[in-house]
Amino acid sequence: MNNIFVYCEVTEERSIADVSLELLSKGRKLADDLKVKLEAVVIGHKVVKPEALLYPFGVDVIHYADDEKLFPYTTLPHTSLIIELFKKEHPEIVLFGATSIGRDLAPRVASALRCGLTADCTSLEIGDHFENKTQTEFKNLLYQIRPAFGGNIIATIINPETRPQMATVREGVMKKEAYSVKYKGKLIKMDARSILRDEDFAVTIIERHLEKSRIDIKNSQVIIAGGYGVGSKENFKLLFDLAEILGAQVGASRAAVDAGFVEHERQVGQTGVTVRPKLYIACGISGAVQHRAGMDQSAQIISINTDAGAPINQIADYTIIGSVADVIPKMIKYYRKNSK
Amino acid sequence: MRFRIIVLAKQVPDTRNVGKDAMKADGTVNRAALPAIFNPDDLHALEQALSIKDKIPYAEVILLTMGPTRAAEVIREAMYRGADHGFLITDRKFAGSDTLATSYALSLAVKKLAPYHLVISGRQAIDGDTAQVGPQTAEKLGIPQITYAEEILSLDAKKIIVKRRLERGVEVVNSTLPALITVHSSAPPCRHRIGKLLMKYKHARTITELQNETKDYTELYNERPYLLIEEWSAEDLKADPESLGLSGSPTKVKKIENVVFQHKESKILSNSDKDIEKLMQTLISSHIIG
Repeated sequence: MNNIFVYCEVTEERSIADVSLELLSKGRKLADDLKVKLEAVVIGHKVVKPEALLYPFGVDVIHYADDEKLFPYTTLPHTSLIIELFKKEHPEIVLFGATSIGRDLAPRVASALRCGLTADCTSLEIGDHFENKTQTEFKNLLYQIRPAFGGNIIATIINPETRPQMATVREGVMKKEAYSVKYKGKLIKMDARSILRDEDFAVTIIERHLEKSRIDIKNSQVIIAGGYGVGSKENFKLLFDLAEILGAQVGASRAAVDAGFVEHERQVGQTGVTVRPKLYIACGISGAVQHRAGMDQSAQIISINTDAGAPINQIADYTIIGSVADVIPKMIKYYRKNSK
Repeated sequence: MRFRIIVLAKQVPDTRNVGKDAMKADGTVNRAALPAIFNPDDLHALEQALSIKDKIPYAEVILLTMGPTRAAEVIREAMYRGADHGFLITDRKFAGSDTLATSYALSLAVKKLAPYHLVISGRQAIDGDTAQVGPQTAEKLGIPQITYAEEILSLDAKKIIVKRRLERGVEVVNSTLPALITVHSSAPPCRHRIGKLLMKYKHARTITELQNETKDYTELYNERPYLLIEEWSAEDLKADPESLGLSGSPTKVKKIENVVFQHKESKILSNSDKDIEKLMQTLISSHIIG
């Protein structure tokens, strides 16, 4: 009762997704604040050593449903198993990754349990709330903090009355950190066959083409990002040239992705990935708040823009007034000249 | 029997183009400067529905939206592009609905339109970016959901095969009908307005809109009853008052902070060789690169 649960996504390699481990790290802290247990829900088939992987994150209980029909993920059986589990366990807080699985599953679960769900939280804290209208005090609520309205406002959402309090969080937002290598919990097997009905298999997977995520800008120390101002797919090649010699990755704003200059996987910002590299070079990016929300934690920011008044310049450490086509070749030239 | 497709769409403030005029001097959003638009993902959803209608002559496309009176604009827009009818769910009692209360209202309206075969919506709306209303509506209807749909590969009266676009690849799934599909932005864009339909539906109005018109439409509407866009209130949907609006919304907004530009020390450089060489030297010597 009243514990913190994390839905752990099973990867192609039958391990647990990074985003879930990040959430367990956060979940452990919240559990310590509330003095409750941290429980992990693993639904899949032949998951590789869930206990050895999860206990070091401070997991007290692993609920494990292992059945060949549960991998790869489909919505309905996972939903039914979670609902059954939560009706029994009455969690206080439940966290899901804001992935294509988490964002498919969490709303369906929330609807069935008639509880609140906040998508894409960027911060989670414990706090109190006093409701003036009813003069009621609510202790130890989960503050679910997220950008809204296209990233132009930051909202703190609470669920005073309903439980569980549910939230999704994107990969890379929380920090993955082990709690204690010696930590030990227990594993409880869930009997999937007794819970699932034929209707849970209304959707079947016919085919899957998995493309390994070749593009992984999130873990890059240096990101060269381009916006609409880069002007064309051809001009984007300059960014790739610079990225190659700096060992960097190429990112992009939504406008550049929408214009078809680069793939969606490179999009930085509220509807893309959140990055915090050592160096972020923003090329021809005006810097809409949605974009800044995804990169403003970068250690150093350089803006290359012909517009001295571009909003991004206000958060940049250096602003180079000039065109991408002019500045980048010079950067390449002087990097080569000065590096050993 | 007709093959009934219900498209769920939302009118949203255009948060994508928050330019200079959309920010006030204090750095906060000037909502009045943002135009109300047809949610972009919902246009992709409408296209999916219309392309089914292209192939199946007995298919009909019904647009369902919830919002204030002016949200009838998205219904007209859908009719100009090929939708057959539209219904506007509108009632002050729905104000303040979160995704759960919204999906409750939408599910009641969809049930009122039964028997239906497919419910299609955009993956998410740009004002909230939650992507929750689709799956929650499916749950309330007790039907399967297929999220992140990119293409409908085949369809008959009982089943549908859909290609989904996921983070790490593509998945093709088969589902029984009825089902709810949420369409990804990588799906084909919506067709444009069709001149003939624009002429046909340009006078389509809701009752509330008619009451605000100075011109008398009585005769026109007697002749062309299809011009009337029906409005549904909470009572029309026989909605449980406890499940609507603020009281039906488990999530509450505790605090709103406007994002204000952070001002930090910024060095302005020219694009001269000298400035850029100096910058690269600084970056190398501080081990940021190299």
